[in-house]
Amino acid sequence: MIRDITIGQYYPAESRIHRLDPRVKIVCTLLFLVSLFIQNSLLGYVIATIYLGTVIRLSKLPLKYIVKGLKPVVILLLFTVIMNLLLTRTGDTLIHFWIFTITEGGLRTSVFMAIRLMYLVAGSSIMTFTTSPNGLTDGMEKLLHPLNKLNVPVHEVAMMMSIALRFIPILLEETDKIMKAQQARGADFESGNIIQRAKAMVPILVPLFVSAFRRANDLAMAMESRCYHGGEGRTKMKPLRYKSRDRIAYIITLIYLVAIFAVGRFVPFKLWIF
Amino acid sequence: MSIALEHVSYVYSPGTAYEKHALKDVSLEIPQGQFVGIIGHTGSGKSTLIQHLNGLMRATEGKVLYDGQNIYEEGYNMRTLRSQVGLVFQYPEYQLFEVDVISDVCFGPKNQGLSQEECEKNAREALELVGFPEKYYKQSPFELSGGQKRRVAIAGVLAMKPKVLILDEPTAGLDPKGRDEILDQVEKLHKETEMTVILVSHSMEDIARYVERIIVMNHGEKMLDGTPMEVFRHYKDLEKVGLAAPQVTYVMHDLKERGFDISPDATTIEEAADEIMKCFRG
Amino acid sequence: MPKEMIHAEKLIYEYDKRDEEGNIIGAERAIDGVDIDVPQGSFVAILGHNGSGKSTLAKHMNAILVPTGGTMWVDGRDTKDPAELWNVRQTAGMVFQNPDNQIIGTVVEEDVGFGPENLGVPTDEIWQRVEESLKAVGMLERRKDSPNKLSGGQKQRVAIAGVLAMEPKCIVLDEPTAMLDPNGRKEVIRAVEELRKKKHVTVILITHYMEEVIDADQVFVMDDGHIVMHGTPREIFSQVDELKAYRMDVPQVTMLAEELRNRGLDLPRGILRREELVEALCRLR
Repeated sequence: MIRDITIGQYYPAESRIHRLDPRVKIVCTLLFLVSLFIQNSLLGYVIATIYLGTVIRLSKLPLKYIVKGLKPVVILLLFTVIMNLLLTRTGDTLIHFWIFTITEGGLRTSVFMAIRLMYLVAGSSIMTFTTSPNGLTDGMEKLLHPLNKLNVPVHEVAMMMSIALRFIPILLEETDKIMKAQQARGADFESGNIIQRAKAMVPILVPLFVSAFRRANDLAMAMESRCYHGGEGRTKMKPLRYKSRDRIAYIITLIYLVAIFAVGRFVPFKLWIF
Repeated sequence: MSIALEHVSYVYSPGTAYEKHALKDVSLEIPQGQFVGIIGHTGSGKSTLIQHLNGLMRATEGKVLYDGQNIYEEGYNMRTLRSQVGLVFQYPEYQLFEVDVISDVCFGPKNQGLSQEECEKNAREALELVGFPEKYYKQSPFELSGGQKRRVAIAGVLAMKPKVLILDEPTAGLDPKGRDEILDQVEKLHKETEMTVILVSHSMEDIARYVERIIVMNHGEKMLDGTPMEVFRHYKDLEKVGLAAPQVTYVMHDLKERGFDISPDATTIEEAADEIMKCFRG
Repeated sequence: MPKEMIHAEKLIYEYDKRDEEGNIIGAERAIDGVDIDVPQGSFVAILGHNGSGKSTLAKHMNAILVPTGGTMWVDGRDTKDPAELWNVRQTAGMVFQNPDNQIIGTVVEEDVGFGPENLGVPTDEIWQRVEESLKAVGMLERRKDSPNKLSGGQKQRVAIAGVLAMEPKCIVLDEPTAMLDPNGRKEVIRAVEELRKKKHVTVILITHYMEEVIDADQVFVMDDGHIVMHGTPREIFSQVDELKAYRMDVPQVTMLAEELRNRGLDLPRGILRREELVEALCRLR
């Protein structure tokens, strides 16, 4: 069940997108997300679709994988769509029954909202699919480096993130094991009301925390024994250096941004209500 | 209460790229009161097999019969089955969670719906069975030594009064004396209660010393099934699948090769010594 | 300044014993007056039951713990000296019991690079060291994999490579095989053997498995914070009863020889290997 969530998982492959500097992927993803929100026109979404589609093509990720990544947000998606559909009241009324009214504006907002949300999740999952967790934290660390001057422990935070990423699968497996062990002692996680179910989690959570602390302790010791002493004086096995492909990626994304912004502003194109 | 598997197969994530046969057409029967050992290298399907015996995993094909009844039948009470077939996982001390030893052992009986007194009575009996000293009953289980924690965890399963006890690597991580103590305790328990005991272990020496029957798993299939002597006679086949016979068995084979007139079947130190002495008494 | 790789004199490690509220109610000695000498390039094994103090001793060799009494020198450096801390840790690398809890990287090669990164080794050299270390433990072809996909034995070999990449003179292995299956154990022990032969590092192996110490130059047995036995494997395993009193065991072959001796066969004490026993029996016939 928990294992089916693909969001945030690295999908190892050799592709142009995989090879990009993680900083490029982080910055361009952010720009892409922003672009989804600064415009609201049909043509704009067409351009965004082309951009996203090209990236997916280049990344060699199976489309199935990305669609699977959308699954966990389906409920949120439906919720947003329905709320927007029913609560936005602008433009002509399309359908009216009982207490519900669907207006042109409502339909328009909810459709666009749905696309935005899906692209948002797809865009950010492409980033995590194509960047190893370490690459991601390295990229973040380097991008946020200026914050060091403000006494933000950027290196430490990045290290924490990368360790968390390494231990998530281990702890998930452990949860599974503990659950089974308690089930073998007759524990029941499936029936009862919310309070009973919450109580039934205690025999899972306590051992899980104990084990997480034990692991943290062991790991701290292992890191110290390998001479870890924070970011100071540390060299990198894989230092980040921009290459020409990274510059090209930035340029393409900039062109995309300008295009989507200009189209939304200066090209009036409407199809029915969209 | 016998347990029987009939043509049981288990496939992980069927229909996907990760599809994997963890069990392939396994059939076997374990009569009440037997002391059985299961061996196989990591990933051979041992763990999957034992989790089928108490219904924690559900076969994708085939049937599991407990006491002649199909456990997959509509309305079959899985929780009763799980209390009858007690399963102690590897490193079971990692599932302890209560404030003191006795409450932790009470967890199983409580889930069975017994009264507080009955729970405590069963818990005490179970702790006694594993040889856990009474003065520590009120101590936090997290403060005990590794060996004692393990006893508490085993007692946690025994407190449900199972008819069958399955132990997955009960000696992993313990020191030599700790290993012997746990296994001796299990043997004693088997004799006293006539419980069926199923022991999963990597140590051929331990297996040979305690069990009356060995089931060898390989790639999800039952490869061999018989008495230790019968199984370890196939030591060359066992080596091919990453297993081995006890060291003494190799000594016996070497001796036979060097012209000793002995049967090389011994699997324990006692048996080997008896057999070797025959050559010297003439 | 002692010449030995590891040299400890009257080593004591005391920690506070606390009651349930966390008040100090006394002191416990995990190590109590240990003297130990490990010559450069030798292979030393330390045996002892759970809680005998052997792990605590191992942690002193890497300055994870510093003695509360006595002194521990690692390659002539006093581990109590804060100025020597990183040198000590680089000199004596450490491999721990739980394979999952000592791998930091999410990719095998990145994990092996972790130590050199901390030491400030230049990038090109890190790559060189990572490649060499992974080759030395036979894990080079898995360099791009996630550690989660490896077996226990493979993970431990990666951990060993991670220590090797720091170019230590000495490796301390604290029960590296305790959580592995027999094949994993063999893999790790074989990797350690290779290192000894090819890289001439000093190896200190702490274990519960008697078969793993047969090739050691010296064996120490610990109990209750003391060193209670010390000698070659043959000397140690000749004393079956004493070993058993310290909750230890002997290899099964040694046990069989002992049993045969008890039944009147004139076999030498301290037989360690199967071939030795077979030879000895052939001679008797």
